[in-house]
Amino acid sequence: MRHGKYPLIITFLLPPLALYVLFVISPYLQAFQISTTSWLGYSAQADPVGLANFRTMLHDDRVWNAIGNNAILLAVVPVLTISLGLFFATMLSMGGRGDRAGVTGVRGSAFYRLVYFFPQVLPVVIIALLWREIYHPNNGLLNGLLRAVGLPAPTWLGDPRTAFWCVLAVMVWSNVGFYVVLFGAAMSAIPRDIYEAVLLDGASRWVTLRRITIPLLWDTVQVAWIYLAIAALDGFILVQLMTNGGPNFSSDVIGLRMYETAFGSESKFGYASAIGVVMFFLTLTVAVLALRAARRERIEHS
Amino acid sequence: MNRREILRRTAAASLLATPAAGLLAGCATSGGDDKKDTDTYKGTKSEQNPLGVKEDAPLEVVIFNGGFGEEYAKAHEALYKEKYPKAEIKHAATQEINKTLQPRFVDGNPPDVVNNSGAGQIDFNGLVSQNAVADLSELLDAPSLDIPGKKVRDTLLPGTVEVGSYDGKFLVLNYTYTAYGIWYSTKLFTERNWQYAKTWDEHIALCKQIKAAGIAPWTYAGKHPRYMSWPLISTAIKLGGPSVAMAIDNLEPNAWKSDAMKAAADAWHQIVKDKYILDGSPGLDHIQSQTAWCQGKAAFISCGSWLENEQAKVTPAGFNMTVVPTPSLGSGDKLPFEAIRGTAGEPFIVPAKAKNLAGGLEYLRVMLSKKGAQDFTKKVSSLPVVAGATEGVELPFGLSTVAKALDASGSNGFNWVYNNYYRKLERELVDAACGEFFSGRIGPAEFLDQCQKGADSIAQDSSIKKYKRAA
Repeated sequence: MRHGKYPLIITFLLPPLALYVLFVISPYLQAFQISTTSWLGYSAQADPVGLANFRTMLHDDRVWNAIGNNAILLAVVPVLTISLGLFFATMLSMGGRGDRAGVTGVRGSAFYRLVYFFPQVLPVVIIALLWREIYHPNNGLLNGLLRAVGLPAPTWLGDPRTAFWCVLAVMVWSNVGFYVVLFGAAMSAIPRDIYEAVLLDGASRWVTLRRITIPLLWDTVQVAWIYLAIAALDGFILVQLMTNGGPNFSSDVIGLRMYETAFGSESKFGYASAIGVVMFFLTLTVAVLALRAARRERIEHS
Repeated sequence: MNRREILRRTAAASLLATPAAGLLAGCATSGGDDKKDTDTYKGTKSEQNPLGVKEDAPLEVVIFNGGFGEEYAKAHEALYKEKYPKAEIKHAATQEINKTLQPRFVDGNPPDVVNNSGAGQIDFNGLVSQNAVADLSELLDAPSLDIPGKKVRDTLLPGTVEVGSYDGKFLVLNYTYTAYGIWYSTKLFTERNWQYAKTWDEHIALCKQIKAAGIAPWTYAGKHPRYMSWPLISTAIKLGGPSVAMAIDNLEPNAWKSDAMKAAADAWHQIVKDKYILDGSPGLDHIQSQTAWCQGKAAFISCGSWLENEQAKVTPAGFNMTVVPTPSLGSGDKLPFEAIRGTAGEPFIVPAKAKNLAGGLEYLRVMLSKKGAQDFTKKVSSLPVVAGATEGVELPFGLSTVAKALDASGSNGFNWVYNNYYRKLERELVDAACGEFFSGRIGPAEFLDQCQKGADSIAQDSSIKKYKRAA
C-alpha cells in the first residue's frame, strides 16, 4: 500500500499546515514588519522607521524594568515549581514508607493528587480574581488568618515590596498541580524493582530522589523547564488582573508593557510590535539555552 | 526525531524566515486608502434635513456597554428610526471598544457612531492624530431637533465644546455632564453631627474628629490612585486659578511644580502623614474602596458623579451620598469654595470614514434633542450635556447634589484635559506617582517631581502629537 501514502499525508498534513501558516506564522512575520514602522493602529498609514523603535526601547526604562521582572520570574518560577512538583509527586508515589512494605505513596495520595490538580482546572482569570480577594488587605483570607494569630497584616498587592512576589507565588501555585501529575505519571513508568532494590540497600528518601528519580525523570524535567521558562516570560494575564503592573510599575512584565503600548494607555502599534519581537527572541533564546543547559545522556530502560 | 530536535529546527526555521517578513509588507496595515467618496451615503440637504441624511441609508451604532448599559442607546435609535423609518439600524454593544473596532478603523470600514468609552477606550491622541474622527462642527451649527429657534451649539452646557475640541476642531461629543468632588454620606454626618469643612485647616480638624470616632476619614482606590489626583489638582486650581490647569494641559515646563501645585501637595500630604486614610487602602481597587466607604468604614472618597450608579447595588438605604467641592486652602484662593471640577464625559465620535457620516451626525443630533436627553436622564440617572434636560425629571439623591453643586459652582467651574490629550500621562505616570504619594512612600516634592518627569517624557516623545488649548 505504499502508493497510497502521499495522498494520505497530504490530506492530513496540508490543511493544518495551511491553517498554522495563516494564523500563527503569518502574524508573527507581520509583527516583524510592523515593528519597523511608526504605525499608530487606527489608520492605514504606517511609515517605515527602520530600527528606530528598537533604539527607543534601549532607553525605555519601563521596558527594562519589565524585562528585569521577567528575569526574576525566569530565575525563580521554574525552580520553585519543579522542586515543589517533584517533592509532591515523590511523596504521592513513594513517600509512604515505614509502616508498610513496598513502594507506596503517603496515605490518601489519590485524594491529594486530585486536589493538586484543582488549580489547573480553573481558568487563569478566575485564579487571578480569586487571589485578588485572598490578598484583600482588609477582608482577605490571608490577612484574616494573620490577624487571627496576631501578626501584622500587610497590603500585599498594594505595596511595591510585596506585590510582585504575591503574583509570583500565585504563578507557582497555579502551575504546581500540573507538574505533580506530569512527574507522577513519569514516575509510574520507572520500574518498581529499581526502587525496591535501593530500598533494600537502605537508601534514604532524599538519596532515592536525587540519585534515582531525578536522573530517570530528566527528560520530563527538561520539558517542564522549557514550558515554565516560556510561561515566566509571559505572566501577562495574572499581572494584568491582579496588579496591572503596579504599584509604581513594581510588578510590570514585558507582555503587559506590550499590551499597554498598543491597547492600554497608548496606541503605538509599531512600538508595541517591536516589544513583541524582542519578546519573541527572548523566548526563543531561553528555550534554546534551557535545552542546551539541560542536555544529558538519556537513560533507556526496558 | 525527538522533541529537542524539533524545537531546534523550529528555531532555525523561524530565523531563516525573518528576511521574508519584508515580502509580506503590511497585510494589517494595507487597504482602506483607496476608499472612494461614492461609497458614502449622501442625501439632499434641506431645512428639514440640515445634515443631508439619506433617509434609507443604514446606520451602525457601537455602544460601550458599561455603567450606563445599552438600553438608553436603543431608545435613541428608536427615535432615529421614527424620523427615518426606511433606515436600517445596526446596534452593537461591547466593553472592548478598541479591540473590537481597531481592525475596522484600519480597514476604512468603521461604524457610523462610536461610544468610545471605558477601560478599552481608544486613545484619543492616536485617533485624532490619524484623522480618524469626523469634524462635528456641522452638527453644532444645525438647528436643534426639538428646541425651537436654537442651534445645537446653544443647547449645550458650557465647556462641552471645549473639552471635545482638539486644536480648535470639535471632534468629540461628550454626552454626560460629570462633576468630580469629594463624597460623603449625609446620613453618617447627620448622625454624628459633623459638618463638611470649607477650608483645609477645618478639614484636617474634622478628619481628626472622625478618626477619634473610630472611622477612617479617607479611603481611595489604591490600585487606581489617580482618583486622588483629582482633588489634589482641584485644590491647586482653586488656589492659583485656571491657569494652573492650562499649564499642565499644555505640557509647559515645570507646570506640575507650580507654587499652587506645591501648596496643594503639601496640604494633601497631611492626610497621609496623620494617617487619616483607611488601613489597606493602597491594596484596594475602586470598587473595593467605594464599597468600604459605603459600609461606613471611611467618611470621604474622591470620585466623579458616576459613583451613585456604580455603587447602587451596595449602597444602604438612606445613605444619601453628597458631593462637595474640595476645601479652600485659605483666603488667598483665586476661586471660591463652591468652584468644582465639572466636565462633559462619555465620549461619542463619528469616524471620518463612516459610510453614513451624515446619519452619524444626525444620530448625535437625536441624542442632543430634549426628548433624547430627558429619556437618557430617566434611564440612567445621569446629567446629559443638554441644558434643561433634567426639568421635570426627579433625580436620585446623589445626582441632585451633583446638580446643586454644579449650579453653585456656575462660571467658577474648572476642568483640565491632559488626560484626554495624553491618556498615558494620567493613567500610567501620574497614577503611579499618586500611588507612591498617598501610601506615604514619597513626600510632596518627590511626588511633583515624578509627575513632572512623566509630563516631560510625554513632551519629549516626538511620536505623540501635542495639543494646546488657549482657554
